[in-house]
Amino acid sequence: MTFVLLAGMIMSGLQIYGAYARFGDRGGPYYVNAFEDHAFPGWSRLGGWLAGGLNWHFALMWPLIGGGVLYLLYLAASGQWRSLLFRPRDIRGAIEMQKYYLRLRKDHPPQGKHNPLQKAAYTFIILLGVLSVLTGFAIYKPTQFSWLTALFGGFQAARYWHFWAVWIFTAFLVVHVVLVFVVDPASLRAMISGWYRGRFPSHD
Amino acid sequence: MIDRRAFLRLTAVAGPASLAAACGWDGGNAVRPLLLDVSRFNDWVGEKILFSKNRLAREYDIADRTARLPSYFISPMMPMLQDPRAWRLQIAGLVREPQSLTLDQLQAMPRTTYTVKHHCVEGWSAIATWHGVRVSAIAERCGLLPQARYVRFDSFDSGYSNGWDLASAMHPQTILAYGMNDNPLPASHGAPLRLYSPTKLGYKMTKYLVSLTFTAERPGGYWEDQGYPWFGGV
Repeated sequence: MTFVLLAGMIMSGLQIYGAYARFGDRGGPYYVNAFEDHAFPGWSRLGGWLAGGLNWHFALMWPLIGGGVLYLLYLAASGQWRSLLFRPRDIRGAIEMQKYYLRLRKDHPPQGKHNPLQKAAYTFIILLGVLSVLTGFAIYKPTQFSWLTALFGGFQAARYWHFWAVWIFTAFLVVHVVLVFVVDPASLRAMISGWYRGRFPSHD
Repeated sequence: MIDRRAFLRLTAVAGPASLAAACGWDGGNAVRPLLLDVSRFNDWVGEKILFSKNRLAREYDIADRTARLPSYFISPMMPMLQDPRAWRLQIAGLVREPQSLTLDQLQAMPRTTYTVKHHCVEGWSAIATWHGVRVSAIAERCGLLPQARYVRFDSFDSGYSNGWDLASAMHPQTILAYGMNDNPLPASHGAPLRLYSPTKLGYKMTKYLVSLTFTAERPGGYWEDQGYPWFGGV
Protein backbone atom coordinates (compact mmCIF):
# COMPACT_ATOMS: atom_id res chain seq x y z
CA MET A 1 0.00 0.00 0.00
CA THR A 2 2.76 2.38 0.99
CA PHE A 3 4.55 1.32 -2.16
CA VAL A 4 1.56 2.16 -4.35
CA LEU A 5 1.06 5.53 -2.64
CA LEU A 6 4.74 6.34 -2.87
CA ALA A 7 4.81 5.35 -6.54
CA GLY A 8 1.81 7.63 -7.13
CA MET A 9 3.53 10.48 -5.30
CA ILE A 10 6.74 10.04 -7.27
CA MET A 11 4.95 9.80 -10.61
CA SER A 12 2.73 12.82 -10.02
CA GLY A 13 5.82 14.60 -8.69
CA LEU A 14 7.66 13.93 -11.96
CA GLN A 15 4.63 15.34 -13.80
CA ILE A 16 4.81 18.52 -11.70
CA TYR A 17 8.59 18.72 -12.14
CA GLY A 18 8.14 18.85 -15.91
CA ALA A 19 6.40 22.26 -15.65
CA TYR A 20 9.68 23.88 -14.59
CA ALA A 21 12.53 21.40 -14.77
CA ARG A 22 15.25 23.30 -12.94
CA PHE A 23 16.00 24.70 -9.50
CA GLY A 24 16.80 28.32 -8.72
CA ASP A 25 15.13 31.73 -8.97
CA ARG A 26 14.48 32.92 -12.52
CA GLY A 27 17.69 34.08 -14.16
CA GLY A 28 19.80 31.73 -12.04
CA PRO A 29 22.14 30.66 -10.68
CA TYR A 30 20.67 27.18 -10.81
CA TYR A 31 21.47 24.20 -8.62
CA VAL A 32 23.49 21.34 -10.09
CA ASN A 33 20.89 18.99 -11.55
CA ALA A 34 21.44 16.07 -13.90
CA PHE A 35 17.77 16.33 -14.94
CA GLU A 36 17.80 20.04 -15.82
CA ASP A 37 15.16 20.74 -18.50
CA HIS A 38 14.63 17.00 -18.75
CA ALA A 39 11.21 15.64 -19.66
CA PHE A 40 10.53 12.32 -17.96
CA PRO A 41 8.87 9.67 -20.17
CA GLY A 42 5.10 9.45 -20.21
CA TRP A 43 4.96 6.09 -18.42
CA SER A 44 6.74 7.56 -15.41
CA ARG A 45 4.30 10.45 -14.97
CA LEU A 46 0.86 10.65 -13.43
CA GLY A 47 -1.81 13.26 -14.04
CA GLY A 48 -1.56 14.01 -17.76
CA TRP A 49 -0.89 17.72 -17.23
CA LEU A 50 0.21 20.03 -14.44
CA ALA A 51 -3.19 20.41 -12.75
CA GLY A 52 -3.77 16.64 -12.92
CA GLY A 53 -0.35 15.97 -11.41
CA LEU A 54 -0.97 18.51 -8.63
CA ASN A 55 -4.37 17.05 -7.79
CA TRP A 56 -2.98 13.52 -7.57
CA HIS A 57 -0.01 14.73 -5.51
CA PHE A 58 -2.16 16.73 -3.07
CA ALA A 59 -4.66 13.86 -2.71
CA LEU A 60 -2.18 11.01 -2.20
CA MET A 61 -0.18 13.05 0.31
CA TRP A 62 -2.93 12.63 2.93
CA PRO A 63 -3.03 8.81 3.15
CA LEU A 64 0.76 8.68 2.87
CA ILE A 65 1.29 11.17 5.71
CA GLY A 66 -1.54 9.59 7.73
CA GLY A 67 -0.07 6.11 7.26
CA GLY A 68 3.38 7.37 8.17
CA VAL A 69 2.13 8.99 11.37
CA LEU A 70 0.13 5.87 12.34
CA TYR A 71 3.20 3.72 11.65
CA LEU A 72 5.40 5.90 13.84
CA LEU A 73 2.78 5.89 16.61
CA TYR A 74 2.54 2.11 16.35
CA LEU A 75 6.32 1.73 16.57
CA ALA A 76 6.37 4.01 19.61
CA ALA A 77 3.42 2.38 21.39
CA SER A 78 4.38 -1.24 20.73
CA GLY A 79 8.03 -0.78 21.63
CA GLN A 80 9.03 -2.10 18.22
CA TRP A 81 11.05 1.05 17.64
CA ARG A 82 13.75 -0.61 19.75
CA SER A 83 14.48 -3.16 17.06
CA LEU A 84 14.51 -0.50 14.29
CA LEU A 85 16.06 2.67 15.70
CA PHE A 86 19.78 3.01 15.16
CA ARG A 87 21.39 4.39 18.32
CA PRO A 88 24.98 5.36 19.15
CA ARG A 89 25.52 2.02 20.89
CA ASP A 90 24.81 0.26 17.57
CA ILE A 91 27.90 1.80 15.98
CA ARG A 92 30.20 -0.90 17.31
CA GLY A 93 27.87 -3.66 16.14
CA ALA A 94 27.56 -1.98 12.75
CA ILE A 95 31.33 -2.07 12.35
CA GLU A 96 31.43 -5.77 13.29
CA MET A 97 28.61 -6.49 10.84
CA GLN A 98 30.41 -4.59 8.08
CA LYS A 99 33.55 -6.65 8.79
CA TYR A 100 31.51 -9.83 8.42
CA TYR A 101 30.08 -8.65 5.09
CA LEU A 102 33.56 -7.72 3.90
CA ARG A 103 34.72 -11.21 4.97
CA LEU A 104 37.10 -9.76 7.56
CA ARG A 105 35.24 -11.76 10.17
CA LYS A 106 34.13 -15.38 9.77
CA ASP A 107 31.18 -15.76 12.13
CA HIS A 108 27.92 -13.81 11.88
CA PRO A 109 27.79 -11.41 14.87
CA PRO A 110 24.89 -12.05 17.25
CA GLN A 111 21.85 -9.90 16.50
CA GLY A 112 18.22 -9.34 17.38
CA LYS A 113 15.49 -9.10 14.81
CA HIS A 114 17.55 -6.68 12.75
CA ASN A 115 21.30 -6.24 12.69
CA PRO A 116 22.83 -2.79 13.32
CA LEU A 117 23.32 -2.08 9.62
CA GLN A 118 19.69 -2.87 8.94
CA LYS A 119 18.72 -0.59 11.82
CA ALA A 120 20.80 2.17 10.26
CA ALA A 121 19.00 1.65 6.95
CA TYR A 122 15.51 1.69 8.50
CA THR A 123 16.27 4.74 10.62
CA PHE A 124 17.63 6.52 7.58
CA ILE A 125 14.59 5.76 5.44
CA ILE A 126 12.21 6.98 8.15
CA LEU A 127 14.20 10.21 8.40
CA LEU A 128 14.05 10.49 4.62
CA GLY A 129 10.27 10.15 4.80
CA VAL A 130 10.10 12.93 7.39
CA LEU A 131 12.38 15.08 5.23
CA SER A 132 10.15 14.52 2.19
CA VAL A 133 7.06 15.61 4.09
CA LEU A 134 8.72 18.68 5.59
CA THR A 135 10.29 19.84 2.31
CA GLY A 136 6.89 19.15 0.73
CA PHE A 137 5.13 21.53 3.12
CA ALA A 138 7.96 24.05 2.66
CA ILE A 139 7.21 24.28 -1.07
CA TYR A 140 3.42 23.82 -0.72
CA LYS A 141 3.03 26.93 1.49
CA PRO A 142 6.31 28.87 1.36
CA THR A 143 4.65 32.01 2.75
CA GLN A 144 2.61 30.41 5.55
CA PHE A 145 5.48 28.06 6.51
CA SER A 146 8.20 30.60 5.73
CA TRP A 147 10.26 29.46 8.75
CA LEU A 148 10.27 25.91 7.41
CA THR A 149 11.12 27.07 3.90
CA ALA A 150 13.95 29.18 5.30
CA LEU A 151 15.20 26.16 7.28
CA PHE A 152 15.81 24.32 4.01
CA GLY A 153 17.54 27.33 2.46
CA GLY A 154 14.56 28.89 0.67
CA PHE A 155 11.84 27.86 -1.76
CA GLN A 156 14.07 26.64 -4.58
CA ALA A 157 16.45 24.80 -2.23
CA ALA A 158 13.49 23.04 -0.59
CA ARG A 159 12.24 22.03 -4.05
CA TYR A 160 15.70 20.69 -4.76
CA TRP A 161 15.82 18.54 -1.61
CA HIS A 162 12.25 17.37 -2.18
CA PHE A 163 13.32 16.19 -5.64
CA TRP A 164 16.48 14.50 -4.31
CA ALA A 165 14.45 12.50 -1.83
CA VAL A 166 12.77 10.79 -4.80
CA TRP A 167 16.04 9.34 -6.07
CA ILE A 168 17.15 8.19 -2.63
CA PHE A 169 13.78 6.50 -2.09
CA THR A 170 14.02 4.86 -5.50
CA ALA A 171 17.60 3.66 -4.88
CA PHE A 172 16.65 2.36 -1.44
CA LEU A 173 13.67 0.49 -2.85
CA VAL A 174 15.74 -1.16 -5.59
CA VAL A 175 18.49 -2.24 -3.18
CA HIS A 176 15.89 -3.34 -0.63
CA VAL A 177 14.03 -5.60 -3.05
CA VAL A 178 17.22 -6.96 -4.62
CA LEU A 179 18.54 -7.87 -1.16
CA VAL A 180 15.29 -9.59 -0.29
CA PHE A 181 15.50 -11.77 -3.40
CA VAL A 182 19.18 -12.54 -2.92
CA VAL A 183 19.14 -13.24 0.81
CA ASP A 184 15.70 -14.38 1.82
CA PRO A 185 12.85 -14.43 -0.70
CA ALA A 186 10.47 -15.68 1.99
CA SER A 187 10.60 -12.29 3.69
CA LEU A 188 9.07 -10.63 0.62
CA ARG A 189 5.92 -12.57 1.37
CA ALA A 190 6.19 -11.57 5.00
CA MET A 191 6.48 -7.91 3.98
CA ILE A 192 3.19 -8.14 2.11
CA SER A 193 1.18 -10.65 4.17
CA GLY A 194 2.63 -10.13 7.63
CA TRP A 195 3.53 -13.81 8.12
CA TYR A 196 7.02 -15.22 7.90
CA ARG A 197 7.80 -18.86 7.09
CA GLY A 198 11.44 -18.56 6.09
CA ARG A 199 14.76 -19.94 7.20
CA PHE A 200 15.70 -17.23 9.72
CA PRO A 201 13.87 -18.04 12.98
CA SER A 202 14.81 -14.68 14.50
CA HIS A 203 12.59 -12.96 11.92
CA ASP A 204 9.41 -14.64 13.07
CA MET B 1 -0.96 -7.90 11.52
CA ILE B 2 -4.51 -8.67 10.33
CA ASP B 3 -4.56 -5.13 9.01
CA ARG B 4 -2.01 -6.13 6.46
CA ARG B 5 -4.62 -8.38 4.85
CA ALA B 6 -6.93 -5.44 4.42
CA PHE B 7 -4.00 -3.56 2.96
CA LEU B 8 -3.38 -6.45 0.59
CA ARG B 9 -6.94 -6.28 -0.68
CA LEU B 10 -6.67 -2.54 -1.18
CA THR B 11 -3.40 -3.03 -2.98
CA ALA B 12 -5.06 -5.44 -5.37
CA VAL B 13 -7.43 -2.62 -6.32
CA ALA B 14 -4.85 0.15 -6.30
CA GLY B 15 -2.27 -1.84 -8.25
CA PRO B 16 -4.11 -1.90 -11.59
CA ALA B 17 -5.12 1.71 -11.00
CA SER B 18 -1.49 2.71 -10.72
CA LEU B 19 -0.70 0.74 -13.88
CA ALA B 20 -3.41 2.57 -15.77
CA ALA B 21 -1.88 5.72 -14.36
CA ALA B 22 1.29 4.97 -16.24
CA CYS B 23 -0.08 6.69 -19.34
CA GLY B 24 -0.33 10.16 -17.83
CA TRP B 25 -3.75 9.39 -16.43
CA ASP B 26 -5.63 12.32 -14.86
CA GLY B 27 -8.06 9.98 -13.09
CA GLY B 28 -10.65 9.66 -15.86
CA ASN B 29 -14.33 10.17 -15.20
CA ALA B 30 -14.23 7.78 -12.26
CA VAL B 31 -11.38 9.20 -10.19
CA ARG B 32 -11.02 12.80 -11.35
CA PRO B 33 -14.15 14.00 -9.49
CA LEU B 34 -12.73 12.40 -6.33
CA LEU B 35 -9.43 14.20 -6.82
CA LEU B 36 -11.30 17.47 -7.27
CA ASP B 37 -13.23 16.78 -4.05
CA VAL B 38 -9.93 16.33 -2.23
CA SER B 39 -8.71 19.53 -3.87
CA ARG B 40 -11.74 21.36 -2.41
CA PHE B 41 -10.84 19.89 0.99
CA ASN B 42 -7.28 21.16 0.50
CA ASP B 43 -8.72 24.61 -0.35
CA TRP B 44 -10.52 24.53 2.98
CA VAL B 45 -7.33 23.48 4.83
CA GLY B 46 -5.37 26.18 3.00
CA GLU B 47 -7.90 28.91 3.74
CA LYS B 48 -9.15 28.04 7.23
CA ILE B 49 -6.12 26.39 8.85
CA LEU B 50 -2.89 27.36 7.11
CA PHE B 51 -3.66 30.91 5.95
CA SER B 52 -3.26 33.69 8.47
CA LYS B 53 -4.69 37.13 7.75
CA ASN B 54 -1.92 38.72 9.79
CA ARG B 55 1.11 36.78 8.60
CA LEU B 56 3.13 38.81 6.14
CA ALA B 57 5.26 37.42 3.34
CA ARG B 58 8.95 38.17 3.63
CA GLU B 59 10.14 41.33 1.91
CA TYR B 60 13.41 41.50 0.00
CA ASP B 61 15.93 44.18 -0.89
CA ILE B 62 15.70 45.91 -4.22
CA ALA B 63 19.10 44.38 -5.01
CA ASP B 64 17.49 40.92 -4.85
CA ARG B 65 15.21 41.62 -7.81
CA THR B 66 15.24 39.01 -10.54
CA ALA B 67 16.43 40.24 -13.92
CA ARG B 68 13.36 39.06 -15.78
CA LEU B 69 9.90 37.98 -14.69
CA PRO B 70 8.08 35.86 -17.27
CA SER B 71 4.71 37.19 -18.37
CA TYR B 72 1.59 35.29 -19.35
CA PHE B 73 -1.78 36.08 -20.87
CA ILE B 74 -4.36 33.83 -22.51
CA SER B 75 -5.19 36.03 -25.52
CA PRO B 76 -3.35 35.24 -28.77
CA MET B 77 -1.87 38.77 -28.68
CA MET B 78 -0.77 40.85 -25.70
CA PRO B 79 -3.94 42.57 -24.43
CA MET B 80 -3.70 46.34 -24.86
CA LEU B 81 -6.26 49.09 -24.31
CA GLN B 82 -7.36 50.99 -27.42
CA ASP B 83 -7.87 54.13 -25.35
CA PRO B 84 -6.15 53.97 -21.94
CA ARG B 85 -7.82 57.20 -20.81
CA ALA B 86 -11.26 55.62 -21.15
CA TRP B 87 -10.30 52.77 -18.80
CA ARG B 88 -12.13 52.55 -15.46
CA LEU B 89 -12.09 50.02 -12.65
CA GLN B 90 -15.64 49.00 -11.81
CA ILE B 91 -16.36 47.99 -8.22
CA ALA B 92 -19.68 46.23 -7.94
CA GLY B 93 -21.62 43.57 -6.10
CA LEU B 94 -22.17 43.56 -2.35
CA VAL B 95 -21.03 47.11 -1.60
CA ARG B 96 -23.07 50.09 -0.43
CA GLU B 97 -21.60 52.37 -3.12
CA PRO B 98 -20.61 50.75 -6.40
CA GLN B 99 -17.91 52.91 -7.97
CA SER B 100 -16.06 53.46 -11.17
CA LEU B 101 -12.47 54.61 -10.56
CA THR B 102 -9.88 56.12 -12.88
CA LEU B 103 -6.22 55.24 -12.61
CA ASP B 104 -5.52 58.71 -11.21
CA GLN B 105 -8.09 58.17 -8.46
CA LEU B 106 -6.50 54.81 -7.58
CA GLN B 107 -3.03 56.36 -7.51
CA ALA B 108 -4.28 59.11 -5.23
CA MET B 109 -5.17 56.51 -2.60
CA PRO B 110 -2.60 55.36 -0.01
CA ARG B 111 0.25 53.62 -1.82
CA THR B 112 1.74 50.27 -0.82
CA THR B 113 5.16 49.19 -2.09
CA TYR B 114 6.94 45.92 -1.42
CA THR B 115 9.63 43.69 -2.93
CA VAL B 116 8.53 40.07 -2.66
CA LYS B 117 9.01 36.62 -4.12
CA HIS B 118 6.59 35.48 -6.79
CA HIS B 119 5.67 31.77 -6.75
CA CYS B 120 4.38 30.22 -9.94
CA VAL B 121 2.35 26.99 -9.86
CA GLU B 122 4.90 25.60 -12.33
CA GLY B 123 7.61 25.78 -9.70
CA TRP B 124 9.58 28.84 -10.72
CA SER B 125 10.03 31.86 -8.51
CA ALA B 126 11.23 35.42 -9.04
CA ILE B 127 11.56 38.60 -7.02
CA ALA B 128 10.08 41.95 -8.06
CA THR B 129 8.83 45.21 -6.55
CA TRP B 130 5.15 46.13 -6.82
CA HIS B 131 3.39 49.44 -6.21
CA GLY B 132 -0.34 49.74 -5.72
CA VAL B 133 -3.35 50.26 -3.52
CA ARG B 134 -4.67 47.73 -1.00
CA VAL B 135 -7.83 45.85 -1.97
CA SER B 136 -8.96 46.39 1.61
CA ALA B 137 -8.80 50.18 1.04
CA ILE B 138 -11.01 49.79 -2.04
CA ALA B 139 -13.48 47.71 -0.03
CA GLU B 140 -13.56 50.35 2.67
CA ARG B 141 -14.06 53.14 0.16
CA CYS B 142 -17.05 51.36 -1.38
CA GLY B 143 -18.62 50.23 1.90
CA LEU B 144 -18.34 46.46 1.93
CA LEU B 145 -21.56 44.74 2.98
CA PRO B 146 -21.40 41.96 5.61
CA GLN B 147 -22.92 39.40 3.22
CA ALA B 148 -19.81 39.59 1.00
CA ARG B 149 -17.63 36.48 1.30
CA TYR B 150 -15.79 36.38 -2.02
CA VAL B 151 -14.37 38.67 -4.66
CA ARG B 152 -14.43 38.10 -8.37
CA PHE B 153 -11.71 39.81 -10.43
CA ASP B 154 -12.39 40.26 -14.15
CA SER B 155 -10.01 41.26 -16.93
CA PHE B 156 -9.98 42.31 -20.57
CA ASP B 157 -7.68 39.35 -21.36
CA SER B 158 -10.19 37.17 -23.24
CA GLY B 159 -12.42 36.83 -20.19
CA TYR B 160 -9.68 35.66 -17.80
CA SER B 161 -10.94 35.91 -14.23
CA ASN B 162 -10.25 34.68 -10.71
CA GLY B 163 -12.37 34.11 -7.62
CA TRP B 164 -10.90 34.90 -4.21
CA ASP B 165 -11.95 34.30 -0.64
CA LEU B 166 -12.52 37.58 1.18
CA ALA B 167 -9.83 37.01 3.84
CA SER B 168 -7.07 36.64 1.23
CA ALA B 169 -8.35 39.70 -0.64
CA MET B 170 -8.33 41.77 2.57
CA HIS B 171 -4.78 40.69 3.48
CA PRO B 172 -2.57 43.77 3.96
CA GLN B 173 -0.24 42.62 1.16
CA THR B 174 -3.02 42.09 -1.39
CA ILE B 175 -2.94 45.09 -3.72
CA LEU B 176 -4.11 46.36 -7.07
CA ALA B 177 -0.74 47.13 -8.62
CA TYR B 178 -0.24 49.97 -11.11
CA GLY B 179 3.57 49.89 -10.86
CA MET B 180 6.38 47.36 -11.07
CA ASN B 181 10.07 47.85 -10.26
CA ASP B 182 9.68 51.65 -9.91
CA ASN B 183 7.98 51.99 -13.30
CA PRO B 184 4.38 52.04 -14.48
CA LEU B 185 3.05 48.50 -14.85
CA PRO B 186 4.13 47.25 -18.32
CA ALA B 187 1.58 45.79 -20.75
CA SER B 188 3.26 42.39 -20.47
CA HIS B 189 2.42 42.31 -16.74
CA GLY B 190 -1.17 43.47 -16.94
CA ALA B 191 -1.26 47.25 -17.57
CA PRO B 192 -2.94 49.36 -16.47
CA LEU B 193 -3.83 47.44 -13.29
CA ARG B 194 -3.32 43.96 -11.93
CA LEU B 195 -3.99 42.08 -8.73
CA TYR B 196 -0.91 41.15 -6.69
CA SER B 197 -0.31 39.23 -3.46
CA PRO B 198 2.70 37.26 -2.18
CA THR B 199 0.23 34.92 -0.42
CA LYS B 200 -1.03 33.47 -3.72
CA LEU B 201 0.27 31.56 -6.71
CA GLY B 202 0.76 33.59 -9.89
CA TYR B 203 -2.36 32.34 -11.68
CA LYS B 204 -4.59 33.78 -8.93
CA MET B 205 -3.38 37.33 -9.62
CA THR B 206 -5.64 38.68 -12.34
CA LYS B 207 -3.97 41.03 -14.84
CA TYR B 208 -5.56 43.61 -17.15
CA LEU B 209 -8.25 44.29 -14.51
CA VAL B 210 -11.58 45.80 -15.39
CA SER B 211 -13.71 45.02 -12.35
CA LEU B 212 -13.99 43.75 -8.79
CA THR B 213 -17.28 42.18 -7.77
CA PHE B 214 -17.97 41.26 -4.16
CA THR B 215 -20.20 38.20 -3.96
CA ALA B 216 -21.83 35.79 -1.52
CA GLU B 217 -21.33 32.78 -3.83
CA ARG B 218 -17.91 31.37 -4.62
CA PRO B 219 -16.80 32.55 -8.07
CA GLY B 220 -14.83 30.21 -10.32
CA GLY B 221 -11.89 31.25 -12.44
CA TYR B 222 -10.12 30.56 -15.71
CA TRP B 223 -7.61 27.98 -14.49
CA GLU B 224 -9.56 27.01 -11.38
CA ASP B 225 -12.47 25.79 -13.52
CA GLN B 226 -10.03 23.56 -15.44
CA GLY B 227 -8.81 21.77 -12.34
CA TYR B 228 -6.16 23.98 -10.75
CA PRO B 229 -6.51 24.45 -6.98
CA TRP B 230 -9.10 27.16 -6.32
CA PHE B 231 -7.47 28.63 -3.22
CA GLY B 232 -3.97 28.66 -4.72
CA GLY B 233 -2.38 30.03 -1.55
CA VAL B 234 1.31 29.81 -0.76
